[in-house]
Amino acid sequence: MSTTFIEGSIAVAKTVGVCRPHVISAYPITPQTHIVEHLSELVADGEVKAEYVNVESEHSAASVVLGSSATGARTYTATTSQGFLLMIEVLFNIAGMRLPVVMTCVNRAVSAPINIWNDQQDSMTARDSGWIQLYAEDNQEASDMHLQAFKIAENKDIMLPVMICMDGFVLTHSFDPVELISQEQADKFLPPFKPEYYLTPKNPLTFGAMVGPDGYMETRYFIEKTMHASLQVISNVATDFHNQFGRFQGGLIDTYKVEDASLVLVAMGSIIGTIKDIVDELRAKGQKVGVLKVRSYRPFPKDEIYKALSHVKEIAVVEKAVSLGYGGILVNEIKSVFYGKPKTPKINGFILGLGGRDITADTIHQVIKETAKAASEEKFVGLNEALIGGK
Amino acid sequence: MSTTTLTAPKEQSCTLLAPGHTACTGCGEALAAKLVLGAAGTNIIVTDATGCLEVFTTKFPQSSWEVPFIHSLFENSAAVAAGVEVALKALGRQNEAKVIAQGGDGGTADIGLQALSGMLERGHDILYVCYDNEAYMNTGVQRSGLTPFDCMTTTSPCGELSWGNKHNKKDMPSIAAAHGIPYVATASVAFPKDIENKVKKALSITGPKYMQIHSPCPLGWRSKPQLTIQVAKLAVQTGLYPIFEIENGKVTKVRKVTTPKTPVEEYLKIQGRFAHLFKSPKGKEEIQKIQEIADRNIEKYGLA
Repeated sequence: MSTTFIEGSIAVAKTVGVCRPHVISAYPITPQTHIVEHLSELVADGEVKAEYVNVESEHSAASVVLGSSATGARTYTATTSQGFLLMIEVLFNIAGMRLPVVMTCVNRAVSAPINIWNDQQDSMTARDSGWIQLYAEDNQEASDMHLQAFKIAENKDIMLPVMICMDGFVLTHSFDPVELISQEQADKFLPPFKPEYYLTPKNPLTFGAMVGPDGYMETRYFIEKTMHASLQVISNVATDFHNQFGRFQGGLIDTYKVEDASLVLVAMGSIIGTIKDIVDELRAKGQKVGVLKVRSYRPFPKDEIYKALSHVKEIAVVEKAVSLGYGGILVNEIKSVFYGKPKTPKINGFILGLGGRDITADTIHQVIKETAKAASEEKFVGLNEALIGGK
Repeated sequence: MSTTTLTAPKEQSCTLLAPGHTACTGCGEALAAKLVLGAAGTNIIVTDATGCLEVFTTKFPQSSWEVPFIHSLFENSAAVAAGVEVALKALGRQNEAKVIAQGGDGGTADIGLQALSGMLERGHDILYVCYDNEAYMNTGVQRSGLTPFDCMTTTSPCGELSWGNKHNKKDMPSIAAAHGIPYVATASVAFPKDIENKVKKALSITGPKYMQIHSPCPLGWRSKPQLTIQVAKLAVQTGLYPIFEIENGKVTKVRKVTTPKTPVEEYLKIQGRFAHLFKSPKGKEEIQKIQEIADRNIEKYGLA
């Protein structure tokens, strides 16, 4: 296995390429562009034998892969931010029709004000859409999770779309050493897509029927049930991957120095790397700090999180998204993990890094300092005091 | 698995759009869709936009579609069809089926226009069929971009300051033709053989094709269900709904209007949606404006 020094977007595009997608459709939007540009090059060079459809909007990109997937094709799309929001109507539709589309959501802030930099507000808006959402910490993980995504999505007991979320610019435009997946390795890991139901005159089926009050609720019940079942499938696929590649990427959560920790920071995505550095720094000073990465956000692995954190005294949830009018999103889901349990740790929530605001070592130190204070609360960290007038 | 895949009860059906669906009596769209399928045959995959057709044919757990059918959303029938078409190519199954995309006038000329334009511009081998009943009938007869001038709908009512819809019908066939596609045709449920011939012709041509079929809606037009064919015929005979074919940018064939000319009143007076024009002397001026629209069509397409 060879390691290549490569841009995150290119690594992801190459992995998607070896997954042998039949149809790729996308609309350009920063910072997703490098992924789809490279895929279109791979198709133009004949290295990937796929139909690449240049559409006139993200709505149509998602609609094209929907139609292709329903016809029995393996499909891929990628977008971010405004494009993601434009796709959302179709994203719900894809999940409702149980089509195993795989997409990359390059995480970026949403407008207004327009801002092309990273946070995770875009993908969080599709939290309830029926897509499996996995968040990547680094480019190796982002690359590897795309191969796993198809295997999870196309599992005949799952048949749900999978979204790999990776932080815009922070991951997509940064160069890292990545062990790329060869065609032979991918073929060994991922079997051809053979759906049980697809559009063909040989067996004329109706997709997307109108379902009234007598049947609609059951469609949601089935997706919810499948989401729970997918917890095991995501874990199994990660284990299969580990067995073949020797790397463990794509379980439900990941922990770093949590076992004996009294304070654990919880987060998703590339921020985990920064937090790990701080954890090492503080551990060297004797502080019992750890970090828990939520890799699978939907389905949400409540049991795994509880098991990992049940001994912890304090939790600080740091997130690059906000539910305006409520506060932190992930923090409240972490709180719900402890509802009805014998011991509840002090749980603080921190909103940071919105619109690409730098998250430095100092930011994380500030989070830890705030957590040490008595109250359990939710806070914006890293605000520009000059802009808020000291409020 | 969820139960979103259905099959039509074969033994009960004698056409590819099986009876037992819930379309209103005299529905022009149901007639048109049946004719399109009959001409296209079984080796097709069809998509459909949200609207009456999808609603009255796919009420779970039944389906009228004897051919593979997919409905996704309101505005993406053309894009979903594009996905079907490229998938067939990518899977080496392009000889398995022709792809037909369908939509109503709103799903085609308003909310779905962008996706349709993209599909036409990219050159997909798809026949797009717009069933034009000239308003949003499924939601209760609201005005669309294809609602004719002075027509009363629930969102373009007549009143002290209004004669109904203020705008002229969007020239959708010309918009389609402007994409440089090989085949554009209009048709009417009044002429079933013509629909069949045009569908067959369209499907024999490779590339994007656009067909717009005038399909009266007795409920929305407030016309008698038994008069659907007569209403549709009068729209053509008066010149208000010109029937033509455009091949590679050139008008190649038209259906002539009657000689002598049938005045537009004959068409308007049997529909409640134009009844307000007959209630006051000033309505005559409005009818004259509609006559001028018909005359322009006759002139433009050489229908006389």
